Amino acid sequence: MEPRTRSFYFLVFFFGLFLLFLYGPTITIGILSFQGEMGGLTFPMRGVSLYWFFDLFEEQAVGDIWGSFRRSITLGFMVMVTTIVVSVMGGLAFRKKFPGSAILFYLIITALVIPSILISLGVGLMFSQTGFDVHWSTSGFGSQLTWTLPFGLLIMFAVFNRFDKSYEEAARDQGATPWQTIRFVVLPIIAPSLIGVALFGFTLSYDEFARTLLTAGSKNTLPLEIYGMTTNVTSPVLYALGTLTTVFSLMVILIFLLVALRVAKTKARAGSDAGKGLL
Amino acid sequence: MKLKLNNALSGWLMVSPLMLVLLIFLVLPILMILIVSFWRATEYSIIPDFVFENYEFLFGSPVTYTVFINTFKYAILTWTFTFLIGFTVAFFLAFHVRSLTWQVVCFLLCTIPFWTSNIIRMISWIPFLGRNGIANSALISWGVIDEPVEWLLFSDFSVVLAFVHIYTLFMVVPIFNTMMRIDRSLIEAARDAGASGAQILWNVILPLTKPGIMIGTIFVVTLVMGDFFTVRVMSGSQSANVGRLISNDISLLQYPSASATAIVLLLTVLIVIGILLRFVDIRKEL
Repeated sequence: MEPRTRSFYFLVFFFGLFLLFLYGPTITIGILSFQGEMGGLTFPMRGVSLYWFFDLFEEQAVGDIWGSFRRSITLGFMVMVTTIVVSVMGGLAFRKKFPGSAILFYLIITALVIPSILISLGVGLMFSQTGFDVHWSTSGFGSQLTWTLPFGLLIMFAVFNRFDKSYEEAARDQGATPWQTIRFVVLPIIAPSLIGVALFGFTLSYDEFARTLLTAGSKNTLPLEIYGMTTNVTSPVLYALGTLTTVFSLMVILIFLLVALRVAKTKARAGSDAGKGLL
Repeated sequence: MKLKLNNALSGWLMVSPLMLVLLIFLVLPILMILIVSFWRATEYSIIPDFVFENYEFLFGSPVTYTVFINTFKYAILTWTFTFLIGFTVAFFLAFHVRSLTWQVVCFLLCTIPFWTSNIIRMISWIPFLGRNGIANSALISWGVIDEPVEWLLFSDFSVVLAFVHIYTLFMVVPIFNTMMRIDRSLIEAARDAGASGAQILWNVILPLTKPGIMIGTIFVVTLVMGDFFTVRVMSGSQSANVGRLISNDISLLQYPSASATAIVLLLTVLIVIGILLRFVDIRKEL
């Protein structure tokens, strides 16, 4: 270990500033959500109260916020599961060259870089012109996948680039069928990265609004509901909602972490070395 | 021969769900937009046709050029700041944070703010930067300024600030990823050969980090160019980019005109990405 240099302390300071910058709005929301009953969207604070949190639970103040919350959660899980399954299959397929793989790769890149509003516009037009109704669970679901799948696949490419093929060869040499190799060797080794894919899939979907703007139909998702609120709700109830959703997200992330820790522990207890090859 | 065919078949089978999604929700919608961009619109409906009037109007209007220049301006400014901040943060995390646990902790700290809705986070800049906001009162209490500064909010400054705020992490992650793969003995070798810290940074680390920088650049540039919400909120509707042009048309139900703008935007983005991809082989660098 080398001693810490002066540049280290400078960088720590810089990183601290960066964190402060990142947390600035979150902290502002946190403070303002406790705004007094007479307070507005901006400073100064007029007293401290939980008024806006209670307001959040009253139907007429915020519209269908809880319904949209439920839909967003459901959609997030649908997108998450689909993203994991499709990305793993895609990642496995891309390890070998197959005809058309180059074109498909550029299609994935296009999906990644295309401005979200184009997906929204295109899918919306396509559904309306062919006489289908847009709905968050069909057109909204598909539109979000065009954003989460490229991310999932890029992570899978990164994972398989580092994957040590000798594990598979060993399994094959011992007589494992291709399916057994994947089920008992490949999947356990890549499992930790799948948690990352899951997390990405869920958060990208949960927070996505540009791609669902014209594709969710009459039943809004949470970001769309919030988007609508920004134009017609002018009370700190917005911030109360922001604080609550942050707390909720923190809980989700904690659950994910606990699951990951548990998986790691079970593995350690079983004495398996699966996954160690990655480090 | 048979093996090769088998490989191809199993490959196609495995990517078929992916292809299906991309076909229905990417390729077909783009084609749809392309078709509709040649249609005509009345105030309340769109009529199938084959006319060029949407494109003629788009290229004939001086607003278009201002808006495109604005879009590029935001992209370049945001890129500059996200790169400078992102590179420094990634450098700190990759070379100065020594244990994996601490790196994970630092990354978690960076991602927590992203779990608040993007929209709400953006709106909360308003009380932060406004006349009586935290920034102004802090600056006044420190004696930096005597009276509140106005240009903090609803200006190009606030737009770029919001962009940098949401997108810097998209720069940090790929740069960090490439930095972690730099062989540490190269840096030792440079030091043994007498290079100073700055020389190592400039002549060894920076060139080796180029692929990560390129991937981050692709993310940031495309996200900024496709944005339509940040510019509206943070400029207080005083400034526009192409995304806003499109979303305005959409809210007026002028889909053909929105489609024409969308096609031009898509081509612009693809050309920019095409240029950037010449510098990096993404698949090799992940």
